[in-house]
Amino acid sequence: MSDKVNMKINGIEISVPADYTILEAARENGIDIPTLCYLKDVSKTGACRMCIVEIKGARALQASCVYPVSEGLEVYTNTKKVRDQRRVTLELLLSDHDRKCLSCPRNQKCELQTLADELGVTDIPFEGEMNEYDIDDVSPSIVRDNNKCVLCRRCVNMCKNVQTVSVIDTMERGFKTKVGSAFDMNLADTACVNCGQCIISCPTGALREKDNTKEVWDALADENKVVIVQTAPAVRAALGEEFGYPMGTAVTGKMAAALRRLGFDKVFDTDTGADLTIMEEANELVERIQNGGKLPMITSCSPGWVKFCEHNFPDFLDNLSSCKSPHEMFGAIIKSYYAEKHGIDPKSIFNVSVMPCVAKKFEAGRPEMECEGLRDVDAVISTRELANMIREAGIMFNKLPDEEFDQPFERASGAGVIFGATGGVMEAALRTAADTLGGKSVEEIEYHGVRGVDGIKEATVNMGGMDVKVAVAHGLGNARKLLESIRDGKADYHFIEIMACPGGCVNGGGQPIVSAKDKMDKDVRVERAKAIYSEDKASKIRKSHENPDMIMLYNDYLEKPGSHKAHELLHTTYTDRGLF
Amino acid sequence: MAIPFKGTKEQEEQLKAVIAAHKGEKGATIPVLHEAQDIYGYLPIEVQKMIAEGLGVSLAEVYGIVTFYTQFSLNPKGEHPIGVCLGTACYVKGSGDILEKLKSILKIDVGECTDDGKFSLDATRCIGACGLAPVMTIGDDVHGRLTVDQVDGIVKQYS
Repeated sequence: MSDKVNMKINGIEISVPADYTILEAARENGIDIPTLCYLKDVSKTGACRMCIVEIKGARALQASCVYPVSEGLEVYTNTKKVRDQRRVTLELLLSDHDRKCLSCPRNQKCELQTLADELGVTDIPFEGEMNEYDIDDVSPSIVRDNNKCVLCRRCVNMCKNVQTVSVIDTMERGFKTKVGSAFDMNLADTACVNCGQCIISCPTGALREKDNTKEVWDALADENKVVIVQTAPAVRAALGEEFGYPMGTAVTGKMAAALRRLGFDKVFDTDTGADLTIMEEANELVERIQNGGKLPMITSCSPGWVKFCEHNFPDFLDNLSSCKSPHEMFGAIIKSYYAEKHGIDPKSIFNVSVMPCVAKKFEAGRPEMECEGLRDVDAVISTRELANMIREAGIMFNKLPDEEFDQPFERASGAGVIFGATGGVMEAALRTAADTLGGKSVEEIEYHGVRGVDGIKEATVNMGGMDVKVAVAHGLGNARKLLESIRDGKADYHFIEIMACPGGCVNGGGQPIVSAKDKMDKDVRVERAKAIYSEDKASKIRKSHENPDMIMLYNDYLEKPGSHKAHELLHTTYTDRGLF
Repeated sequence: MAIPFKGTKEQEEQLKAVIAAHKGEKGATIPVLHEAQDIYGYLPIEVQKMIAEGLGVSLAEVYGIVTFYTQFSLNPKGEHPIGVCLGTACYVKGSGDILEKLKSILKIDVGECTDDGKFSLDATRCIGACGLAPVMTIGDDVHGRLTVDQVDGIVKQYS
């Protein structure tokens, strides 16, 4: 335990760990200090001056998010001086803000709006010049509207320090200061990987996903289209938050019911695609190990990670598994096997993927992601966009019954579900590879060494008498560290899982927005992962290769993992995209 | 950008040597940018990319620094660099109008260079010729006691 110090906040004596900031000390003791630029573990710059407090003996008001506690410190968070100055600062910020809140995608989920309410802003007395920026909506994944930017730099710190993607920074100075890319390039023209972590870091509507709901509504209204939806494992673990459920509540049944009521012709589970990915990926791993193929093999489910690799680590492209990601695989199977089996013209099928991710929007548009001229997936919407559609349709989510996914793919395995959390793909692959390499069904299927939120996790797993060394990294900064250690010859593994987003898909860039305040109190990655692991635990089938749909699919159609047919439909290639 | 990059192999070698000399130093970007601007005269995207890749920092960060400090220029200087003094004396004598006139004749903004590479335009601080206010410089020539009507004719002398 770290040492404690005694201090006073608003006259109340408290004792807190010596490494706390005033902000942390106050929050732990039930005192809320407003913040804007502060984001736990991401951004701590003391720039916005919202969290200022009065400190006895200090000359000026101090930013509590960066001010360390000390013995005997006396702090006042709620004096007239503090309140007045916070309000003026906020009014000045708002004076150069595009205040079209009613039509803003962050309406009612905006931290700036909440602050204006909480700090009692009733008027913006400062009128003057306003910056006017073009909206950058060229990227298929992310829209940047600098007219709504408050220059908090949370997105910059996320992109630069956590993800080490570093395609945005602050430009110019003074009144002209803005966040953007070098030479005013559109995000789409940079090495942006579309992870969308900037979106879920942004306190306002300056960053948002490219909205694809219109295409989906149009397809649903088109009688000539068979509209098939699939939902990723992480969506069920977070969608409930949009409708008032506590974080970590799995809403699988209600989600299936809602999708059916939206009018989708078939409601499928991307977990089936995940099982299929495992069939192919575990086979690829075993083949690479047995036939001296390129190792370590690295997972390719995360399109943010794939693009990051294509820009920053082109020397590792041969290490990437050739497997398409689960929803792309499943999309290809729907338009081939499923269409054939049910006598549906594949051209009439419109595949919609609901994803916790905005990079999936980019991925779905990659030229490789098609078969015989048919796109694997026609539209990708995020968890947030699905929630918007449910609200727009007047579906009372909380009153929905729990329903099942549609046949014939209603029985995904627990291994498919855990894809949504960091370490999940690894664990799912190990469950299948262990049986394949050992030649028998292994009982011990929970690999706790690869679970949890440590940035880089390592484990050695004995499979069929062979020690297989594995590693898991989540968040691209951790991925960079891991790959550099391999490049430098300091580490070597057989198999690596990498997810672009910290915590994996549960904390993806397309997931419900969690405010900086809530992030101070709970770890989003941990809470949402609970929903995923409990669904796995409750599954009767917990290994991908034991999923009867997989057995049927391979018997009827694909023959065996890695077959010619499987390669045509389920595998892909990568491109060296250059550093910039 | 209108002006094509005309960097030579020699300039690239010089820049590489500068980057190698500073690599690994804390805060290397600004001194490298200074030296790069000495080598090339300005800091176009090609040069910034070499610096970003060479120092292992992002292009966005390099560009952020270049646009923060006014000493750094994204545009080359013209064959005849024009400077309009916006010091107090010149300004009250109407150098702001002179500057606007130049912008409209040359069709460029302050800090930019014409497409043919002939003229670049800068707004300067006091150049110490207050007695001649308002003043502009073209290359090493000083033109004083200017009126807006004269500007066109003076520029034509250099075209």
